[in-house]
Amino acid sequence: MRFLLSCTLLLLAGPVMLAEPVFAETIFVSNEKDNQIAVVDGDSLQIKNKIKVGRRPRGITLSADGTQLFVCVGDDNRIDVVDIASGKVVHTLPSGPDPELFVLSPDGKKLYVANENDNMVTVIDVADRKAIGNIQVGVEPEGMGISPDGKILVNTSETTNMAHFIYTEKHNVIGNVLVDSRPRVARFTDDGKQVWVSSEIGGTVSVIDPAALKVIKKIKFEVTGVRREAIQAVGIQMTKDGKRAFVALGPANRIAEIDTGSFEVKRYFLVGQRVWNLAFSPDEKRLYTTNGISNDLSVIDLERNKVIKSIPVGGAPWGIVVKP
Amino acid sequence: MRRLAAVVLPVIGLLALAPPAMAQGTGRQDAGTKVMLIGYLARQEDPRTPLSFLEPVATDEGLQGARLALADNNTTGQFLNQSYRLVEQVLPQDGDISAGVKALADEGVRFVVADLPADALLAAADRPEAKSMLLFNARATDDVLRNDQCRANILHTAPSRRMLADALAQYLAWKKWTRWSLLTGRDPGDALYAEAVRRAAKRFGGRITDEKSWTFDTGNRRTDTGVTTIQSDIPLATQGPDYDVLIVADEAGDFGDYLDGRTWYPRPVAGTQGLTATAWSRVNEQWGATQLQNRFEKLAGRWMTPRDYAAWLAVRSIGEAAARTNATSFDDLTAYLHSPDFELAGFKGEALSFRAWNGQMRQPILIAGPRMLVSVSPQEGFLHPVTPLDTLGDDAPESKCRLNR
Repeated sequence: MRFLLSCTLLLLAGPVMLAEPVFAETIFVSNEKDNQIAVVDGDSLQIKNKIKVGRRPRGITLSADGTQLFVCVGDDNRIDVVDIASGKVVHTLPSGPDPELFVLSPDGKKLYVANENDNMVTVIDVADRKAIGNIQVGVEPEGMGISPDGKILVNTSETTNMAHFIYTEKHNVIGNVLVDSRPRVARFTDDGKQVWVSSEIGGTVSVIDPAALKVIKKIKFEVTGVRREAIQAVGIQMTKDGKRAFVALGPANRIAEIDTGSFEVKRYFLVGQRVWNLAFSPDEKRLYTTNGISNDLSVIDLERNKVIKSIPVGGAPWGIVVKP
Repeated sequence: MRRLAAVVLPVIGLLALAPPAMAQGTGRQDAGTKVMLIGYLARQEDPRTPLSFLEPVATDEGLQGARLALADNNTTGQFLNQSYRLVEQVLPQDGDISAGVKALADEGVRFVVADLPADALLAAADRPEAKSMLLFNARATDDVLRNDQCRANILHTAPSRRMLADALAQYLAWKKWTRWSLLTGRDPGDALYAEAVRRAAKRFGGRITDEKSWTFDTGNRRTDTGVTTIQSDIPLATQGPDYDVLIVADEAGDFGDYLDGRTWYPRPVAGTQGLTATAWSRVNEQWGATQLQNRFEKLAGRWMTPRDYAAWLAVRSIGEAAARTNATSFDDLTAYLHSPDFELAGFKGEALSFRAWNGQMRQPILIAGPRMLVSVSPQEGFLHPVTPLDTLGDDAPESKCRLNR
């Protein structure tokens, strides 16, 4: 394997060095099984580094200034803070038990963490490195989304099957919206007018109007030759213009592209096995996906609508974030 | 201990709000919280003593699963103004089932988790008070309950023996281990398990090369002489025509765990021990099962067994129906539970639902080794026009249940 990899490196080294550096971004992938963050150069699409973190890293996000990574390390019941320049864990944050996913407030000051084992959302003050509050939610909190103005937090609970809407100022739950089985990811649209929630077992995405606290559309998926049970919606991303949405479909090994105006599925991209999460390149010309079973990262060219490459990144890639 | 308290306390908190008994099993509280009663009906039994000392002697199997699901329901219920109370009716060993049903009916209970063997389950379901109840069979694997002896007021969250045998057979077919030697214990249930294995062999291309009955007396699990006799007895008991896998039918666990490593041929053991087909096992940590296992262990102080899991499914089914319909009336919930819209997430990778033709919960079956999850059935390639889950157990055309025809 290593031999094969170094051969590939040699082959690619020439042309890549000559080419104009179009993609200057860095891709960070949390490898659930390896306890590492794979650092991939967006230009060469080669692994630059592997950063050792705590056990079972999943949720991953960038600090507001882009110099640090926050990584949920669930089996160590904490959040590791990685200094990107040195590639080292510099300190940890007290997340409460079994953190899986989190979201950073738009001002970068607070982290809201889902504690999967404790029916709780923990609020962390990033600067003080202290937990400053807990919010009781449903059974197995998972997905975390926040409104662009930072006022409304959304948490999904996998066994309660709800999206809990939380007022961040007072840490109080203001409403609960029932969605399909095992909700995983919650994402606000950039205009703050919709919240998209994926349901893994239900195999759907519920589009919620956060003002009315109602599901306004349920998006279903159908892939020829794939049985319905294998279609399990997880990660969601939307382009900045709000027109294209992409949903990872887990063991269906597909990414669905949805027209956000009509909520119609426009196409499916075949990616690696058990696709969990996805992230755009800064210019949104590419979409990167983490594939948990095939242990690779798929690269989708969004101008040509083609999957152009898969990069082995390590054991059970799960979370992904791109730094410009 | 602090963790245990943290789990139990919120539940007690909610219970404190609940008024003691409601006329119709559901009702309205002053604050607007609707309280739902769920009955748990069982008879005391001698504790199951596993052959292996690594397993604890459990005295509360089933009940702890129901209690955990009740806590899960209440966590969800707090957002919907719904609350649940478990009415535990555990009768003495020789206790009268009809008295148990009546006691639950008197309290206004209409949903009942039955942790009972087949005969006691039918006795309960056929009581006049049970006509206006819905019983969840969280224990009995007997196929007759899903066929000739099916009842309109029973849903089965425990899988049937045929589902278990079919799940194992599919895996063995995938492995191409098709020659089976069948060793059957002395209990009536063992004979029924063996029957399900023979049927599965026909369905999935297995061939039973030899059948034997276990006739040895293994004695107390702690005696030294016992081990010596086992070493000499088991090669004898398993000698015969060659096979690929030894299938053991020993539901009570009287001898099955002694087989591996002692058989005449160097072949694997499967069935009720060794490689087992089961609704639940501690080895499952996939599909978010880690969280369920953790919650259960905090609550019960031991691992979750298939019996606990079946009771958990039953109580969660009621909670799921109430959350989805935002209703609390018995008729609304019962209609929803029976409808094709009902789906429950059960930590096995896909949604679980009830078969319309016999009330059986369709579910993936784990193929579990003693320390690792080996596979999950249905296996790829066993096709079905509706759902591959219905390749396990009696499908609609095969079922002798005439409830919904």
